[in-house]
Amino acid sequence: MSAEAGWPLYEVFVRGKRGLNHVHVGSLHAADDSMALRHARDVYTRRNEGCSLWVVRSDAIAASSPDEKDPWFEPSHDKVYRHPTFYDIPDDVPHM
Amino acid sequence: MIDHDNAYGGLVEARDDARWAFGTGFDDPLAGVDTTLPPGVDGGALAVYCLMLADDALVASQRLAQWSTHAPELEEEVALANIGLDLLGQARLLLARAAAADASVVPALPAGSPVPPEDALAFFRGASEFRNVVLCEIANGDFADAVARLLIFSTWRLALLQRLRSSADPVLAAVAAKGANEVTYHRDYAARWVVTLAGGTDLSRRRIAAAIPRVWPYVAELFTGHPTERSLVATGVGVDTAELRPDFDKVIGTVLHAAGLPVPDIADAVGMTGRDGAHSAALDAMLAEMQDVARTHPMGRW
Repeated sequence: MSAEAGWPLYEVFVRGKRGLNHVHVGSLHAADDSMALRHARDVYTRRNEGCSLWVVRSDAIAASSPDEKDPWFEPSHDKVYRHPTFYDIPDDVPHM
Repeated sequence: MIDHDNAYGGLVEARDDARWAFGTGFDDPLAGVDTTLPPGVDGGALAVYCLMLADDALVASQRLAQWSTHAPELEEEVALANIGLDLLGQARLLLARAAAADASVVPALPAGSPVPPEDALAFFRGASEFRNVVLCEIANGDFADAVARLLIFSTWRLALLQRLRSSADPVLAAVAAKGANEVTYHRDYAARWVVTLAGGTDLSRRRIAAAIPRVWPYVAELFTGHPTERSLVATGVGVDTAELRPDFDKVIGTVLHAAGLPVPDIADAVGMTGRDGAHSAALDAMLAEMQDVARTHPMGRW
């Protein structure tokens, strides 16, 4: 069975060795979740990129529409007061 | 940077990996490994043993590389290439160990040739000097043949590497420890595909049901110990391959049972003793392609 004939699309997320969160790296076709994980391992971690993988079927992701980009995201551009810049962050608090 | 002149360079050197988005953080499988020959070990026999294990990996790797642009799916093509490259890495370490244990096994090249010993062994030996088991060299058939051979080969090699991890030769032990992880994945990959094909369409089931009996005649050779292997068992360097059969039968039995396929009961391929350099014509053709460029340029720097 070829991908065109029906293997669904999956999105792949990799957590790097020095990363804190899983990052979207791309997509692939697979017959089921188990095969998708293995394909992700073979295609996206072969250069030692990661230590954890997530895959999720693309059709399970609800995404914002590019057409609504401005009404959705433009209003936050000039709200500087939403950034808590007046706090002193202690030196030993990482990843802020 | 990777030092291409030193087989161990890629494993040993600490590198700045800042240019990689995720970092590399490669571990060195030979860190702290003493590469001097252990006392009481016959360098000549160790070299021959390393050639056997190296040639199995090298020839299997080349067959997997031949799948490039031919695999049924892009993702499977990358997977087969990854597995081939894992085996190529094992072959390189083992060929380098063979050359270090006994320099006389390395083919002579023109004076001043920059070709390193492990490359000379890979590209300048004829088929009769290769010591791989015949299973590794038979021509690629369809995808079912590929996963059937990979299941047989990786099940056997994993059992071998698991025992070789406690070899008296620290280099063999380190190579085996590194390789066992790799081959564990190869076996999982092949076993899953055997079960998947068997449970798929009528066509896929027919293909895998035909492929298993096609590779089965080459199984017996895997467990026929060569005199050199047996001599190294006594000194704790080598593994008695005959001892691996129960582990092999158990794993293959489990996979074939899950696939609903019978364990073949058919005769061995007779007269095949790849360990002594007796090979099928398929190896000549494969080596002619693999070695052509290197042999045309014995003074080449790559």
